[in-house]
Amino acid sequence: MNESDDAEQPSLLQARALAYARNDEPIFGPLDFALHAGEIVLIEGDNGSGKTTLLKVLSGLLEPTAGDVLLRGAPLTLAKLSHQVALLGHLLGLKLELSAQQNLCFAIGLGGLRAGVTPPLALASVGLEGFEDAPLRTLSAGQRKRVALARLLLVPAALWLLDEPYANLDRGGIELVNRLLDMHARRGGCAVITSHGAYAYTSGTPRRIPLRHAGSGNRGSGFDRNAPAGAMGTAP
Amino acid sequence: MKPGTIRAACLALLRRDLTLVWRRRGDALNPLLFAIIVVALFPFALGPEADTLARIAAGTIFVAVLLSGLLSLDNLFRSDLEDGSLEQLVMSPHPLALLLACKVAVHWLTTALPLIAVTPLLAQLLHLPDHVLPVLLAALAMATPLLSLIGAVCVALTIGMRRSGMLLTLLVLPLLVPVLIFGAGACNAAQLALPYAAPLLWLGAWLALALVLAPLAAAGALKISLT
Repeated sequence: MNESDDAEQPSLLQARALAYARNDEPIFGPLDFALHAGEIVLIEGDNGSGKTTLLKVLSGLLEPTAGDVLLRGAPLTLAKLSHQVALLGHLLGLKLELSAQQNLCFAIGLGGLRAGVTPPLALASVGLEGFEDAPLRTLSAGQRKRVALARLLLVPAALWLLDEPYANLDRGGIELVNRLLDMHARRGGCAVITSHGAYAYTSGTPRRIPLRHAGSGNRGSGFDRNAPAGAMGTAP
Repeated sequence: MKPGTIRAACLALLRRDLTLVWRRRGDALNPLLFAIIVVALFPFALGPEADTLARIAAGTIFVAVLLSGLLSLDNLFRSDLEDGSLEQLVMSPHPLALLLACKVAVHWLTTALPLIAVTPLLAQLLHLPDHVLPVLLAALAMATPLLSLIGAVCVALTIGMRRSGMLLTLLVLPLLVPVLIFGAGACNAAQLALPYAAPLLWLGAWLALALVLAPLAAAGALKISLT
């Protein structure tokens, strides 16, 4: 991943000197990294190190304080208009009063539909056959998370931003997330996932970006080694 | 219809929100009951003389309808914020203003429209002269969407705060006073056999303005509140 590669094909996601500060207190950054098609990146950091904030900036929900985010070479705000980013946050964005099927139909209406997938198929591939019409209120936290994962399968986004995707999931669910990520990478998508380290993306060898709170101790200096795109060191 | 188009997104949002209101229809009826109870209490307080009641009928109904609209305003975006749906709406590739306009439309359809439907009954309760009823209905038909639209902007501004109910009321009420003056003014003019077209036209002009500008303002305010 050197300069000539970048020139041939713009990377799917690129962050340039990306930093975010809340009330003049730096949360993370400056960060430089680039993601190419088929890459999974794991953002590691302790609680409060700014992982969720970073994902919100990458998804366009928050304006970065400095630097910019490019999606296929275009600034995020413009690229956002083309169904390319899907976010799975701590809050799943599902309505508990509605059934899994109704929630997914709404997501499709809003975000579009990937060719060759239907809500029942997506629910089956996350292990929820037979739960199409059950109100989400009656499902467990892990099952709700699986419904949210089914939403990722349905919408045609190339970039997945997953905030702690392993939380609330059993062993089978963790394997399911890994399987979905592998499949997504194989068909040319890429994903940024966060983890506080208790669970890990085991299959494959994802790039890791360590994140440390920018305000704690070594302000700024801790990120210099991340500066060259793609030269991320593996986490401890 | 092709999923992912703006039309599909608006229809999906309308269908989802209407289904949600139907699932919580007990809560959705609260504003309606509130307005009916308020209006029904006036004859007990003021005595049953038809003349007295007829004089205050239009104003009473107007105030009751606007206040009951305020009751449900705080929930306009609240549940979407709490379960993360709002993030999905903001992140969606469609114009946020249009999606918010759909939500406002659902709010109006489910809180104001039932109230307008029972207004003839409320008018009978208070002996409103028959020839004033069409003016009252027309004024309400324009004032209630204004309430929903102005309210949406204020809700979007205060959504970041945990207990925004009181602040919301303080923000919305002054903005509603002109609506009330012109709406109830038209009814009073009609009751006194004076020309009433001008206040109605003013309401219509404001509604046209709010229909265009309020969703844009709400979208801008919401993006600020979420950061």
